[in-house]
Amino acid sequence: MKKLLTGNEAIAQGAWEAGVMYACAYPGTPSTEILENIAEFKADIIAEWAPNEKVALETAAGASVFGARSLAAMKMVGVNVAADPLFSFAYSGVNGGMVLVSADDPGCHSSQDEQDNRYYAKFAKIAMVEPSDSQEAKDMVRVAMEISEDYDTPVLMRITTRICHSKSLVEIGPRQEVGKRPYVRDVNKYDLVPATARKRRVAVEKRVERLAEFSETTELNSIEWHDKKIGIVASGVGYQYAREVFGEAASYLKLGFTYPLPINKIRDFASQVETLYVVEELEPYIEEQLQAAGIACIGKAKVPKIGELTPDIIAKALKGETIPLVESDPSQVVARPPLLCAGCPHRGFFYELSKIKNLMITGDIGCYSLGGNEPLNAKDTCICMGASVSMGHGVQKISDRLGDATKVVAVIGDSTFFHSGMTSLLHVAYNRSNTVSVIMDNRITGMTGHQENPGTGFTLQGMPTKIADIPAIVKALGIDAIRVVNPLDLKESREALAWALSLDEPSVIITRWPCVLKKHSDADKQEFGNYIGTCRIDSAKCIGCKMCIKTGCPALRFDKAAKKASIDATQCVGCKVCLQVCPVKAISKVGE
Amino acid sequence: MSDVKSILMVGVGGQGTILAGKILSMGLMAAGYDVKMSEVHGMAQRGGSVSNQVRFGKKVYSPIIGKGQADILVAFEMMEAMRWLEYLKPGGKIVVNDFRIPSGPILIGACDYPEQVLESLKTKADTTVIQAGEIAKQIGNPRTMNLVLFGALVKGMNLTDIDFETEIAANVKPETLKLNLEAFRAGIAALEK
Repeated sequence: MKKLLTGNEAIAQGAWEAGVMYACAYPGTPSTEILENIAEFKADIIAEWAPNEKVALETAAGASVFGARSLAAMKMVGVNVAADPLFSFAYSGVNGGMVLVSADDPGCHSSQDEQDNRYYAKFAKIAMVEPSDSQEAKDMVRVAMEISEDYDTPVLMRITTRICHSKSLVEIGPRQEVGKRPYVRDVNKYDLVPATARKRRVAVEKRVERLAEFSETTELNSIEWHDKKIGIVASGVGYQYAREVFGEAASYLKLGFTYPLPINKIRDFASQVETLYVVEELEPYIEEQLQAAGIACIGKAKVPKIGELTPDIIAKALKGETIPLVESDPSQVVARPPLLCAGCPHRGFFYELSKIKNLMITGDIGCYSLGGNEPLNAKDTCICMGASVSMGHGVQKISDRLGDATKVVAVIGDSTFFHSGMTSLLHVAYNRSNTVSVIMDNRITGMTGHQENPGTGFTLQGMPTKIADIPAIVKALGIDAIRVVNPLDLKESREALAWALSLDEPSVIITRWPCVLKKHSDADKQEFGNYIGTCRIDSAKCIGCKMCIKTGCPALRFDKAAKKASIDATQCVGCKVCLQVCPVKAISKVGE
Repeated sequence: MSDVKSILMVGVGGQGTILAGKILSMGLMAAGYDVKMSEVHGMAQRGGSVSNQVRFGKKVYSPIIGKGQADILVAFEMMEAMRWLEYLKPGGKIVVNDFRIPSGPILIGACDYPEQVLESLKTKADTTVIQAGEIAKQIGNPRTMNLVLFGALVKGMNLTDIDFETEIAANVKPETLKLNLEAFRAGIAALEK
């Protein structure tokens, strides 16, 4: 039977077919749906959200060492977090097969950088596969599990946004029950004290040699002969674009197994074509290795390394074709940046934050990164998960040492706090900086589309579980000054900020209100009730001061000609933030 | 290049382009075509500009549509048609919804919603304007607007021989099926005029 699946859905199907027994991840676009789909196979696979990617990889490594096939999935920056166990697990090797899926994001659709994680395979000296569509993504999970077990290596499956989120036809198969392999204590393999590590270092080099031989013969690296004037070496979705653009006017060496590369096969292919192009997204990962091996090729001299590739970019770069376009009229388009939703609980708190002077606001990864956009403008920095709290500490220490007036407020979400904000806050408590850390607890992992986390009370597979108590964690880390506020209440938010900024010790404000898009659990209904009614503006009373507009709510609009604000009732959920900022009480709530 | 056709649906996060793309792809698959569909998740969902790209034919390679490659551009919001115009193949068709969703800079009064979008589009390509919002309202549920536009797309691409109604039934809630089918048929009819 054939199904139309995204790459992420196909990988989930592949994991099930390959007999995977354990899978773990931390959500991150474009990888999130891999575990969401694996979670559907409740009877056969234990699927879990981890607090962060390092934990996800370690749990999968544990399942593997004990003998089960396992999989960990993450977005590319997640592999940075998981790099510590990755490099060591590469030394110890596996028992049951283990696959790490890295979802890279060329073009930074939803990411803070554009790193090419293929280098991780070379760096950690582990095998790597790269699918170019959903069918291959599914099939390669099984092949990768076999490689993992045959060569005693974790396998990196590198995918990109267009593999993750593009749908194509996939032939569905049955599950292969491989069972669990026996576990026997083997300290010379799994206990990486220095004496073991030195021996394993040698084993890793031998493994790379054996994998290089495999790479030369595997069907994952295949040649498609057509016209021999042009030869194209390509991997991932880059192959699909090149095939689209050149058709049968070129021959292709499509690489599905990309570490180690099949250098002899490539050399042989190169010798039979007049010009050799390398088509790969992002960095010259393949090209560099060809050049080091003395194989002449053209790659990044023509194909851009910045941003996503598309068929028209390749046509222009390699064929010099300028595709005729219908010209747009820029005067008839206005930018459409993403916005905090109408009723978003972050809005009220950011509004109050934006009014405070001499403040440096260190931000973090999540929906609340939008608090830095117009008109709230309440953010200075954002680099990675958890950094708001620790960067804020660095700023405050220097500011205080130099007698500078700058105060720091760090802003972090609940899931990001669990991910790596807790260790940052421990540093703040331990080394005593007068920072204000705000944990914006919207009761869910919001940006990636509502995943459960340790604070929500449910697991990935829907089981009720222990709720991590944020105020208790904060207290246990060594913070004494803690306030929990309703962020939709501006007075309460304002007073909490003034209180925290006046203290001579580190403090934490927890804003507690569910994401407006969240499906409320029973506990949520009990604590927060339901949104009822909407706000409306009495046009006769409105003086056109635009104070409400400055909250940046997409339900509010301003009629320049009439100099009046109004509310789109279809979007408004009645959060009452605008009502609180109106100086003439022109806004009221109806339908409560 | 080949027999492959490219359909670009654009709009604003939350307008239902993804559902329309799904129904389209399933119908094409059932009709025996090779199909690839691409969409972007994440940040774009928060009221940003979104696109849904469907390519079909005997054998499809690229899952995305390059600039100058779309046979039809269906805009669920009119300013989005202009934003994505460079993706249209010269000689291709535009179906544009006469429907405005002001973006952030317009909401805060920093700019005005452009006034000449439809006129400008008409000078650039074969453009059909459709009142999908009004049609959906008349049918009884403004949220069926995406099915009206989907119907117009099906007519615009001459795909009316494919049984999309079965796919609609498989992808919408049973209690909304009747209205959604009405919306779909009204969309086809809107382009027949």
